[in-house]
Amino acid sequence: MPYFFGCSYLDLIGYVLLFPIAGSVINGLLGKKLSKPVVGIIGCTAIGLAFILSFFVFIDLLHLAPEHRVFEKDYFTWIGSGSFESIAGLQVDPLSVVMIMMVSGVGFIIHVYSVGYMQDDDGFYRYFTYLNLFTFSMLLLVLANNFLLMFIGWEGVGLCSYLLIGYWFEKKSASSAGMKAFIVNRVGDFGFILGIMLIFVTFNTIDFTEVFQAAPEHLQMGGFVVTMITLLLFVGAIGKSAQIPLYTWLPDAMEGPTPVSALIHAATMVTAGVYMVVRCNVLYTLAPFSLTVVAVIGGVTALFAATIGLAQNDIKRVLAYSTVSQIGFMFLACGVGAYIAGIFHLVTHSFFKALLFLGAGSVIHGLGGEQDMRKMGGLKKYMPTTYKTFLIGTLAIAGIPPFAGFFSKDEVLLEAFTKGSLLIWGLGAFAALLTAFYMFRLLFMTFCGKSNMSKHAEAHVHESPMIILIPLLVLAFLSIGGGFIGFPTASAINSFLAPVIGGGHHGTVDGGSLHHVSAGMMFSMMGISTGIAIAGIFIAYLMYIKNPDLPAKIAKKFKLIYTIVYNKYYVDEIYDATIVNPTVKTSFILWRIVDVRIIDGFVNAIARIVELKGEVLKLFQTGYVRNYALSILLGGVIIIVCSLILL
Amino acid sequence: MEIVIPPFDLKSISPIIIITVFAIIILAIDVFFKKTLRDALGYFAILVVAVTGMVVGTQLGETVYSFSNMFVVDNFSVFFSLIFLVSTGIVILLSIRYTKQEGINNGEYYTLILFATMGMMLMAGGADLLTIFLGLEIMSISLYVLAGFRRDCVRSNEASLKYFLLGAFATCFLLYGIAMLYGATGTTNIKEIASFLANNPSLSNPMIVTATSLLVIGFGFKVACVPFHKWTPDVYEGAPTAITAFMSVGPKVAAFAAFARVFLVALPDVGQKWSVILWVLAALTMTVGNLVAIAQTNIKRMLAYSSIAHAGYALMAIIAGGDFGPASLIFYMLAYTFMNLGAFAVVIILGRKGEENANIEDYSGLGYKHPILAVSMCIFMFSLAGIPPFVGFIGKFYIFSAAIKNGFIILAIIGVVNCVIAVFYYLRVTVVMYMKKPVREFAPLSLSPFIIIALIITVWGTIHLGIFPGKIIALVQNSSLLY
Amino acid sequence: MLISYLPILILLLVVMGFAISNIIISALIGRHKPTAEKLSPYECGVEPIGSARERFSVKFYIIAMMFVIFDIEVVFLYPWAVAYKSLALFGLIEMAIFIIILLVGYVYIWKRGGFEWE
Repeated sequence: MPYFFGCSYLDLIGYVLLFPIAGSVINGLLGKKLSKPVVGIIGCTAIGLAFILSFFVFIDLLHLAPEHRVFEKDYFTWIGSGSFESIAGLQVDPLSVVMIMMVSGVGFIIHVYSVGYMQDDDGFYRYFTYLNLFTFSMLLLVLANNFLLMFIGWEGVGLCSYLLIGYWFEKKSASSAGMKAFIVNRVGDFGFILGIMLIFVTFNTIDFTEVFQAAPEHLQMGGFVVTMITLLLFVGAIGKSAQIPLYTWLPDAMEGPTPVSALIHAATMVTAGVYMVVRCNVLYTLAPFSLTVVAVIGGVTALFAATIGLAQNDIKRVLAYSTVSQIGFMFLACGVGAYIAGIFHLVTHSFFKALLFLGAGSVIHGLGGEQDMRKMGGLKKYMPTTYKTFLIGTLAIAGIPPFAGFFSKDEVLLEAFTKGSLLIWGLGAFAALLTAFYMFRLLFMTFCGKSNMSKHAEAHVHESPMIILIPLLVLAFLSIGGGFIGFPTASAINSFLAPVIGGGHHGTVDGGSLHHVSAGMMFSMMGISTGIAIAGIFIAYLMYIKNPDLPAKIAKKFKLIYTIVYNKYYVDEIYDATIVNPTVKTSFILWRIVDVRIIDGFVNAIARIVELKGEVLKLFQTGYVRNYALSILLGGVIIIVCSLILL
Repeated sequence: MEIVIPPFDLKSISPIIIITVFAIIILAIDVFFKKTLRDALGYFAILVVAVTGMVVGTQLGETVYSFSNMFVVDNFSVFFSLIFLVSTGIVILLSIRYTKQEGINNGEYYTLILFATMGMMLMAGGADLLTIFLGLEIMSISLYVLAGFRRDCVRSNEASLKYFLLGAFATCFLLYGIAMLYGATGTTNIKEIASFLANNPSLSNPMIVTATSLLVIGFGFKVACVPFHKWTPDVYEGAPTAITAFMSVGPKVAAFAAFARVFLVALPDVGQKWSVILWVLAALTMTVGNLVAIAQTNIKRMLAYSSIAHAGYALMAIIAGGDFGPASLIFYMLAYTFMNLGAFAVVIILGRKGEENANIEDYSGLGYKHPILAVSMCIFMFSLAGIPPFVGFIGKFYIFSAAIKNGFIILAIIGVVNCVIAVFYYLRVTVVMYMKKPVREFAPLSLSPFIIIALIITVWGTIHLGIFPGKIIALVQNSSLLY
Repeated sequence: MLISYLPILILLLVVMGFAISNIIISALIGRHKPTAEKLSPYECGVEPIGSARERFSVKFYIIAMMFVIFDIEVVFLYPWAVAYKSLALFGLIEMAIFIIILLVGYVYIWKRGGFEWE
């Protein structure tokens, strides 16, 4: 086992967190005085070091026997007394190692990219402060060894997303998108925190290891408590991972700078929900009903978001809905019990989605801020490198072999078919078809065909600088090769992650690996998914290259459906009308009418009836005080009467 | 006639004696050395608080009943006394520069604050309803005067008068309740009431039920729970800001201490039956407080409504009872002390003479002009909203867990929903600070070394207790045994 | 039970009877030589007719309050006087503390000009 100055890298796990937070603090306090390159170097180095350390931790872990690959580093007794003790510490196991490598690795690439992308921004240091903090929160989330610590990371991620999405706060839409992200997330967190409390009350601990060990003995299979716990936790996941019905914040989240969207959509934040479900797989396995819910919500979201993606014209918005849809895939996998397939897809998705977002950023950067695809086209010749990398990303998300997305998506669909039902598989397969279609629509509209750019834009369009292109190339490489870690017959990720599934790291339960599936089945499924992807691409080709007039005709013919899809099923409007506005109004009504008028008015009316007015109230000269006093009196009378009746 | 003098134990009330004597000395100094020593009075008051705190600290771990069982020193009262002293200390730190700026730097100011603190300590240590009442009155009367301390300001006078009239009104209820409980049980001693009720199961006795209602009204007024909350925004807005800070913490915490002792010790079974009504009160208090806070534009009013909401959470801890209830109450009160006083510290630093700059809009662009101040305010807002890793989160988690543990699941859900609502208005302050252009120039800050110390203490408390709550929670759990 | 309250009832009746009979008797046998001053409700110099919203100097209240406070102080001295012997030194110390506290208040009022009219 490699050692670092006499201690194992595992012991140094805390530094994975320390580097980013240190970078954040340094930039936050001194950044104003430092020059931009220095700020950028500090920000990137912090995450780079975290990644290198994560990698060494991974190597360390590999040296251990699979069943011993769990390491807990306790720091201090967090809450400790009598019956309830919780130790704040970090947990390193295959799952968290995969996650920290992914988060810090992709995070690092995005940091480097940001140095180029944000070059002209005044708040450069502020940006890197938030970005480091964001990465820190996500790393904390995945490394935590108990629910409460995980929740801190969970909230931290939400908080930073709010800061980053609202980064360009001069734009009103940006600051309200930030607010929206935070508040919608809080709605999800409400379920999550209740779930944690229920766990605490049930197990009297919030420690992962203890909870998961106690769960099979403590809880009855499919029992009410475990179903409640898992459903409540899943509410949190729905919020954080942008699933139906709490997905609306994610498309708006593109108001932030593009690298932030890449970070939120690819490496961090939205994957937190999937990670949490996989982390709690012991509990979910005990609750078949919850699993069904997870699978159905995942599948429906995958399809639903994909249909919205069909009609969007904003390049980032299409990508945003594709993220919602892909996360749906991951939940679908978890829901049928294929946790590893879910994580596998999460990892490959982080590669190609980061690539796509950064590629889109490069396009936007090259066009001077234009995001509408109808005003692009023919960019292939202006931005060749961006085009090539983008193509790779698109092929990967569409699921064409041998790109990364193919292996993971194929595995998800295969698992859905064998472990789930035909319906679940159908949802996923149809969503995959749509994905291939709208992603190639995006590609064709942006890079192919004839140019629709304005004169001004056409004069300025240019390939991005190397600092933007190198991250794209690295990610393109990962999007090509990344899938092989899960190559069907010899899946490295399957065997690595297997001990995490099924509790207690004993490796007794089959971790969703594919031993039970015959090779013939596997290859025919591969054929089907490839066929689906090609079909999607072909339709896109027909509509956007061959007959560019076709889409408009179709839109005209199915005007109603098109309008509904174009407007994202009016979900935002529905939420505004049913939830947001009533709450705000209620507040005013409560204050203006109930608190000031009705209670006072009621009190006045009573006063007149009882004719206390003259007698008692002469003591109180001010109009208001007598009302206040009477509200006390009235409240008192109600309480006394109620208590006499009830008790 | 032979008079037997009951045994008395001066040691047990030594903190109260110290604080009283020195408060009187401060008054005397102010009268005799008017000009020369006026500035020093604040420092002296801090010293008094520190010394008292040390003396209180030595009492930790013992349980002594004294003065014919009218006063008790136990971990519960000691811990609460420490919370009072911490809040008083911070408030005095906040006041030194503030009173000067507003021209109210009289010695009486500190004397009254110390008297109020003494009253609170008496409430926390009251083992007899009369002791509690005595403490409550000492505290309240001091506060009535303090609320009107800006004598040339109409709003301040109005606040004082309203608080006094309504306070007197509510006190009547409390006193009636005590009287009726005496009538029903023949004693005002908390332990004796408990043993009487244990031996005579007469829970449905209308007299006891009515007495309990009246006590709830009396305490409910002091903790500002709905529907006895209406005085709060007016009084908080009108009173000098430092005193508002004090009122939003001290009396509330003290009233909860007494509330908890009366309900959990004297009336444990009654309290249990009562949970239905308290349940409704808690839910109403949280919801109304939070919803109405959304509509506020003045930061002091907003904090007033937010303090109402926090009273709802704390009430939940009393309802939960059991092992965790009182412990979570104490912890939450400590948490609330730090984060709420911190928020008021920022309000005071930003305030100009004559209480300007109290609208939330006035904080626009603060994040760029005064980043450290804005970050502190953010920390307090997030903590009040219950966002980890700050102390407000741990406190709420503790209370809600206690509620769930004792079967009040729906109430906990209402509480959590309320936390979501609350984010809305706390977040708005941060949005204004960071995402709006300044409406106008900021006045020079009212900074002094003392207020900076206060800010550091509150920020430290809010963060440190959020990340390392272990020791305090252990201490709190030891302090929650009320018997 | 109620019988034990009988003496109170008797007292009540006697008092009421005494008051009523006095008024009646004085009306019957008193001398009646009314003047304008005598007919006014209050003979102490306060104008009976005019605005009722007249403002009194706040000094009246302060003086009145101080009177009440020191009046109550005296009330506490009575029981001490009664039990002076049995309370002995303890009582002396306790009362000394009590009086000193009041004395501080007295000095405070004095110094702050509470006794000055202008």
